[in-house]
Amino acid sequence: MSTIAQKRGFASTVWDYLTTVDHKKIAILYLIAGGIFFLMGGVEAMMIRAQLAVPNNDFVSAGLFNELLTMHGTTMIFLAAMPLLLAFMNAIMPLQIGARDVAFPFVNALGFWLFFFGGLFLNLSWFLGGAPDAGWTSYASLSLASEGHGIDFYALGLQISGFGTLMGGINFLVTIINMRAPGMTYMRMPLFTWTTFVASALILFAFPPLTASIFMLTFDRMFGANFFNVAAGGNTIIWEHFFWIFGHPEVYILILPAFGIFSEIFSTFSRKRLFGYSSMVFATVLIGFLGFMVWAHHMFTVGLGPVANAIFAVATMAIAVPTGIKIFNWLLTIWGGSIKFTVPMLYAVAFIPSFVAGGVTGVMQAVAPADYQYHDSYFIVAHFHYVIVGGVVFALLAGTHFYWPKMFGTMLSEKIGKFTFVFFFIGFHLTFFVQHFLGLMGMPRRVWTFLPGQGLDTGNLVSSIGAAFMAVGVISLLINVVITSVKNERVGNDPWEDGRTLEWAISSPAPFYNFKQLPLVRGLDAYWLEKMEGKTTLTPAEPIGDIHMPNSSFVPFVISLGLFIAAFGAMYHVDDKAWALPVLIGGLVITFGAMIYRSLKDDHGFHIHKEELMEENDDKGVKA
Amino acid sequence: MVNNQSNSNNPRLNYDYRRKKNAEGMRIQVATFTLMIFFTVVSFVAVAADFSKWFVVPFILLLAVVQVGFQLYYFMHMSEKGHEAPSLFMWSGVTIAFVTVLAFMTIIWW
Repeated sequence: MSTIAQKRGFASTVWDYLTTVDHKKIAILYLIAGGIFFLMGGVEAMMIRAQLAVPNNDFVSAGLFNELLTMHGTTMIFLAAMPLLLAFMNAIMPLQIGARDVAFPFVNALGFWLFFFGGLFLNLSWFLGGAPDAGWTSYASLSLASEGHGIDFYALGLQISGFGTLMGGINFLVTIINMRAPGMTYMRMPLFTWTTFVASALILFAFPPLTASIFMLTFDRMFGANFFNVAAGGNTIIWEHFFWIFGHPEVYILILPAFGIFSEIFSTFSRKRLFGYSSMVFATVLIGFLGFMVWAHHMFTVGLGPVANAIFAVATMAIAVPTGIKIFNWLLTIWGGSIKFTVPMLYAVAFIPSFVAGGVTGVMQAVAPADYQYHDSYFIVAHFHYVIVGGVVFALLAGTHFYWPKMFGTMLSEKIGKFTFVFFFIGFHLTFFVQHFLGLMGMPRRVWTFLPGQGLDTGNLVSSIGAAFMAVGVISLLINVVITSVKNERVGNDPWEDGRTLEWAISSPAPFYNFKQLPLVRGLDAYWLEKMEGKTTLTPAEPIGDIHMPNSSFVPFVISLGLFIAAFGAMYHVDDKAWALPVLIGGLVITFGAMIYRSLKDDHGFHIHKEELMEENDDKGVKA
Repeated sequence: MVNNQSNSNNPRLNYDYRRKKNAEGMRIQVATFTLMIFFTVVSFVAVAADFSKWFVVPFILLLAVVQVGFQLYYFMHMSEKGHEAPSLFMWSGVTIAFVTVLAFMTIIWW
């Protein structure tokens, strides 16, 4: 194996990505797959807004509308936002802690392919008799009554992709605990690494309830169980509890890495150390902890009783405190800084007021009696889009611009980036701000159409126009990506010139072994420290030596493919199709066969030899 | 003496200290093992003696919790250095599971 890049054909590149276990390539896979699902979720959103643009519209049928809103929510949360965050975690976190890869590269690849096949399975429902139509929450009584295979696609697809996410979370935890470079103590870890760590812990604890509840749903729908069937002695409320025990931490799984990305951006472009670093870490951990104590605030109107409602209301309001700590820390990071308004910084600055607006409506809803008014209205829709778009999507767009050079070695155009920002920012507020008032005026969420002359016409039209603005923003980002890739102007190690953390000390994109010599970390913002002492490279912690690397493997793809095939068998088993059971068994045989192959066949990886690494030094005249 | 490795090649290094430490560890293990057998006997007796189930069930659960603690901290050496991260995650998991079960017991199946 040579370390020198060679010209490759298209097929060999595809094969390379199908078998890769390199965290940087898996990050690119996550970015592409997550990006495609993001576009699909966006198209669904545009169709929803087109339907609601004018009263009494019949652009889509009521049934199709239910499918669109369900798939929009499910796709955006599970298949777009989370994988895109996993893309940045994969690409950046190992570099930030000075590691050569994640702890389990094979499992990392397996996690991606499970997510991909799960998402593919879910979206095939469009072509195979109808998508799920019970909302992304898929409340049990409704989802059990849903006809066709839509909910089966939801249950099996999310189960498979959930396995992948769980593996990703465990992998990051082990990586951060065990693979930090010498001197990289916990309290020297960059904030994005910290938020990755806490979000991974949340994944570890939040996904098992989802897995359990989806198993129960699967068995209720496909194998004749009655967990949620009240008529047969089950309890439909259990689904809601399980779903939100997962679902509430899930929103923190999304927002915490977003906070991490913004923390990096604020300190980089204010050219200041992050204000209140230790309180930021404390607030992150506290949010993660409290995130598990508040799930029932999604269920105030279920009838839990005043005591339970009061407890969960107070716990919910408590979360505003650590979040407030973060907001003030960001403001004080910018305060007095030498600020550079690059595209990532624009998103970061726009994020603060947008997210605070969403947070304030969140505290309003935490007041349980008031929530009876807001519940299931467009006010809720406005609230969670303010926190998820204003928080997570802004972070994803900011992160795309900020980390693009580190992932691909080219800079996205700042000019087009600003165009994207302006359209997306204006469109976002245009779409969702007015929805607060639509909700307060009584427009229920998930409604297919509305009557004219009830004061809802103008607001809905404004909202739909805003959605078009956001679409223009996203399209301009795609154009930006194409132009940048075609131009292919390579950049150096530290293209933003103000990089503070380890990833900016190595080439863009990083060499496949990341660090020739593991760096010695001497404080927070390790690379910045070195730069302040007039150096351009990191202090090495070890002499140049052989580097042990894992071999590529096609097995993760096969394991995931097996589950994908088995899912079809499980689903059509209900229809008494003769081929269903053999397909179910066949798929599982493929999966477990591939696992056995992996277990029995020794794969020791390979070494990059010291001489090769030294040679490369001489060739390029630069040090890693 | 696998539990306290040193990175020195000298087998005599800290020999007395390690010997003392291991003897102490062994003593604690034997003591907890005895206690665990005792707990088991007490549980059986509690059931056999036909006490009210409102006493027996919580009592056995309490003994079980103590046993799990013994198992983790004395037999699996969780109290020793280098086990901070696993113990943090185990306790977080226990807390979350407890809150979930508590909520289910109080607001769903009350």
